[in-house]
Amino acid sequence: MASMLMNSVRNCSLKSPRAVQFGKSFTFPACGTKSKKTLSKTGVKNIVLVDGVRTPFLQSGTTYADLMPHDLARTALQGLLNRTGIPKDAVDYIIYGTVIQEVKTSNVAREAALGAGFSDRIPAHTVTMACISSNQAMTTAVGMIAAGQCDAVVAGGVEFMSDVPIRHSRKMRKTMLSLNKAKTLGARLALLGSIRPAHLAPELPAVAEFSTEETMGHSADRLAAAFGVSRREQDEYALRSHSLAKRAQDEGLLSDVVGFKVPGKDIVSKDNGIRPSSMEQMAKLKPAFVKPHGTVTAANSSYLTDGASAVLIMSEEKALALGYKPKAYLRDFVYVSQDPKDQLLLGPSYATPKVLERSGLKLADIDVFEFHEAFAGQILSNLKAMDSDWFAKTYMGRTSKVGSPPLDKFNLWGGSLSLGHPFGATGCRLVTTVAHRLKKEGGQYGLVAACAAGGQGHAMVIEAYPQ
Amino acid sequence: SVAVKSLGSSEGLKSEKYMQTTFTWTHVNYEIKGDVAVIRISDPNSKVNTLSLQMQKEMTEVMDEVMGNSAIKSVVLISSKPGCFIAGADINMIQACKSTEEVTRLSQEGQKIFEKIEKSPKPIVAAINGSCLGGGLEFAIACQYRVATKSKKTALGTPEVMLGLLPGAGGTQRLPKMIGLPNAFDMMLTGRNIRADKAKKMGLVHQLVDTLGPGLKSPEERTIEYLEEVAIDCARGIVNKKLALTKEMNMMQKIQDHVMSYSFVQNRIYSTVEKKVLKQTKGLYPAPMKIIECVKAGMEQGPDAGYLAESQNFGKLAMTPESKALVGLYHGQVACKKNRFGVPEKEVKTLAILGAGLIGAGIAQVTVEKSINTILKDITEEALNQGQHQVYKGLNDKTKKKSITSFERDSILSNLTGQLDYSGFEKADMVIEAVFEDLAIKHKVLKEVEAVIPPNCVFASNTAALAIKDIAAASKRPEKVVGMHYFSPVDKMQLLEIITTDKTSKDTTASAVALGLKQGKVVIVVGDGPGFYTTRCLAPMLAEAVRVLQEGVDPKKLDSLTTGFGFPVGAATLADELGIDVAAHMAENLGKAFGSRFGGGNLELLKTMVAKGFKGRKSGKGFYIYQSEPKPKDINPELKEIVESYKMMPNPAVSSDSDVQYRLISRFVNEAVLCLQEGILTNPVEGDIGAVFGLGFPPFLGGPFRFVDNFGADKLVEKMKTFEEVFGNQFTPCQLLLDHAKDPSRKFHN
Repeated sequence: MASMLMNSVRNCSLKSPRAVQFGKSFTFPACGTKSKKTLSKTGVKNIVLVDGVRTPFLQSGTTYADLMPHDLARTALQGLLNRTGIPKDAVDYIIYGTVIQEVKTSNVAREAALGAGFSDRIPAHTVTMACISSNQAMTTAVGMIAAGQCDAVVAGGVEFMSDVPIRHSRKMRKTMLSLNKAKTLGARLALLGSIRPAHLAPELPAVAEFSTEETMGHSADRLAAAFGVSRREQDEYALRSHSLAKRAQDEGLLSDVVGFKVPGKDIVSKDNGIRPSSMEQMAKLKPAFVKPHGTVTAANSSYLTDGASAVLIMSEEKALALGYKPKAYLRDFVYVSQDPKDQLLLGPSYATPKVLERSGLKLADIDVFEFHEAFAGQILSNLKAMDSDWFAKTYMGRTSKVGSPPLDKFNLWGGSLSLGHPFGATGCRLVTTVAHRLKKEGGQYGLVAACAAGGQGHAMVIEAYPQ
Repeated sequence: SVAVKSLGSSEGLKSEKYMQTTFTWTHVNYEIKGDVAVIRISDPNSKVNTLSLQMQKEMTEVMDEVMGNSAIKSVVLISSKPGCFIAGADINMIQACKSTEEVTRLSQEGQKIFEKIEKSPKPIVAAINGSCLGGGLEFAIACQYRVATKSKKTALGTPEVMLGLLPGAGGTQRLPKMIGLPNAFDMMLTGRNIRADKAKKMGLVHQLVDTLGPGLKSPEERTIEYLEEVAIDCARGIVNKKLALTKEMNMMQKIQDHVMSYSFVQNRIYSTVEKKVLKQTKGLYPAPMKIIECVKAGMEQGPDAGYLAESQNFGKLAMTPESKALVGLYHGQVACKKNRFGVPEKEVKTLAILGAGLIGAGIAQVTVEKSINTILKDITEEALNQGQHQVYKGLNDKTKKKSITSFERDSILSNLTGQLDYSGFEKADMVIEAVFEDLAIKHKVLKEVEAVIPPNCVFASNTAALAIKDIAAASKRPEKVVGMHYFSPVDKMQLLEIITTDKTSKDTTASAVALGLKQGKVVIVVGDGPGFYTTRCLAPMLAEAVRVLQEGVDPKKLDSLTTGFGFPVGAATLADELGIDVAAHMAENLGKAFGSRFGGGNLELLKTMVAKGFKGRKSGKGFYIYQSEPKPKDINPELKEIVESYKMMPNPAVSSDSDVQYRLISRFVNEAVLCLQEGILTNPVEGDIGAVFGLGFPPFLGGPFRFVDNFGADKLVEKMKTFEEVFGNQFTPCQLLLDHAKDPSRKFHN
């Protein structure tokens, strides 16, 4: 595994983009070898991705620090409007995904849509499903279109970790709420007098899984240990992610990014968390969660990120009627869930075979893989799980393994480890990237998979729109 | 026995060993990983590892080989059994010894092996997953470094005291130095298990390792591998001096250590601990005092004296009747954790409980904890609410103690359905009724239930006194009716007494036993009859207690006489806990069934108390007055007047403190023996277990049957005959007891 990774990094950074393309078409000569010519089904509406954009993803606490979540979402929506040129009232519905909610804008979809200049006649709602929140936003849109209720829906996601709700303690909140109800001055003074220093300790948003009280990093470290993923393998994978992201950025492949003029600050046009390092540098870091013998470090984990994304989804008919050339078909998708303690981050392993089965495809049919990288250890564990007959039989009730995605098709433009991971926004980035990569690499089928807190997971098959 | 078996195999091995390679051990083997030797232990004949003779022999050989190999720089010691490092010394090995000297020698051999471990020039890392108890812990603390998994099964402890022994392989000497006097005394005197996180805080282990979930191997297997990997890193770290063996201490710990180094502080600790031990054991248990003695010897006179005191006292303790009784109970408990009726045809997946009172809710709690769907039904919302709250509180207390998370509590609680009707009973595999002890009511619910349950559903009656066959008389399918007598508080009391009638089918019994075992109970199965076994033993003793009160002994004195004999709870307090109304009800029922043999005290005394509302703790007044304090403080002042009206003149010939104690105990014991004679009990083991775990019969006596064996049936009969002359047939020894008295070679336990 380790050498395989190193090779893929080396090859990728050495070859010119054309060489990569050539390599691609050489390895996968034609679509004729696919299990299916298309995933189009009679009687089922074709649903397309018209386009997708995102704000630059920034490490939290940097240039976006003074904004609010809806500002980022608004920017993504405006970017989508500009990019697609869609009339502001041609959209039937807007859905956003988010994880940590700003209490003032709990339906951030609506606040962002109003500020982005969409017609105030377009209803909007917000969904939450941890790191697959915007996936949920997109599939909700797909469902609405498939059900014939809408023709054009904007889906997106936003996360803003530079500012999170920090609450008063429960005791303090209780006192303050009672204060509202207190009728007399005496009663109010009595309540104020009951405040003790302990009341003043703030309550930070939980970083741990509610059900198990375990932080995700800790669970990732245990998962890596369970699958025997070494520290070196994780560092190598993280380095690969950063190297590939850097190359994609330098070559201008990350065309979904729209520039953002941050009020009072400079124009931001690039992700700022991409930092290819060296194995030596990375090896110096101490484990972040399991001490002292753990393997998950700050360098091989995704980091806290601010960012937003948006995609325009339509029925094929509508898109064509409006004169669009869609980028891709959104095909089958699945959600899975499993034990939130020991299998917290194994969603992709469960979701991948399931969605392939639904589509009637094999792993070899997939030309482009985009998996959400929560931790290098999580990705490598999933790859090992997918490559294990024992795991497939013992835990997934399957007769055999689905197989491990080949790394030369896998997250070739970087991933959450390097580009950043604004929880609620990552899903749309993955789908847009698949569409762009399919076009660039000349593939037909792409697969998105992601894990999420709560022990959940998601996968979606995407088909390139015929050229 | 295990010891004999392993001895046999060792003989066969010896000859083989010289012919083949050295890797032919059966209990211990090792693998060289680079410069680290990984020694793995696993007893092929048992689910747990014990330090049997064979294990010790092989360990010594392996250690010699490892120490002699210059390529090996350090050692990891690990068990390949999931859930068990080393569970302790082999009890059978100690039991097989005939003399104090023999046991002392065993102890000295153990000390010697561990001394070699401690002084090993190559660092040895103990990698602990699962139980690390007794000799296993002593082994681990002789090693230079300890790594333990955070598994719930990982438990470190010195349970020897519970067997009337002491940690005899260096434990009394090493523990105080490692974790300090107070913690060491706490561990050795209570015998309680220490969980991994606590052990780390105490300094008992150096590093913790998480348990792993599924990977490319089963979680258990991979967790052990992971533990081994981390332990190997530690072993190398020690050799490379990257890992310090001395723990870093914060200022508080340094101050504490400094204070503890003064001998007057130590002496203060000794005397405090001694006082506490004496208060709790009433001087009836020799082991705790010997433990203190050994620690003291080591601290004051140095290691040589300490180790000598340890081995000698270990030898002495092993030969005491107290230790033999406690070991007997241990074996009995193991036996009563097995289902001798086989696997039931249908596992209980849904249990319905009628009556959400103390017992009903208690049964519900221990059932939902095992992920069994549980219906709790009562007839009023108030009672149901109370019952559901009891279950919640029981679980929430565990959350507060951090033994389960709040999420685990909620998910356990989701197995509970509280309701007022019979919906869902059509899916029940078993129904346990815990309604009021009244035959008419029991018949009524039995009929109601039988109308709604499926044909293969078991109907179990929780009753303390009503005969099961009388309850089953109303049943359409008596083969499915069984008695399940739980003890209050159900979540704390270990015993479950299962009662079968001649009509109860074997599968029904198997099903009831299986459920009880799943609920974590120690199960005895007894025949049907008024009071079955436990209640029947208790009733005559309580009747005698009432007579003692009538003779002018006050409740506090009565309590101190009973606790002085070794009962954990005094007779008067016990009656208050049980409920005076329940006691009266029980006495009346059994009195009717057994006649004057169950007489003695005047039943009217109890009835008068009930009439006045003195129903015991639950009503706030009984023999004592109960206010907010958890312990009874004062005798109920109104009791005096009642007792006065039933006053009896004590006969000075049979009224000394000791006489009173033997009057109480002999009636208990005689009834127990009679139960065996009549076939209510199948064997003496279950009789001992039932009396100790259900009724608090003094554990150091090992139960009524062990007591007869040790005390001498002849001596007991002699005492009873003296009492018989004064009080009559309540003290007439039963035939089986007389048989044993006549022939001293007859024993209940071999």
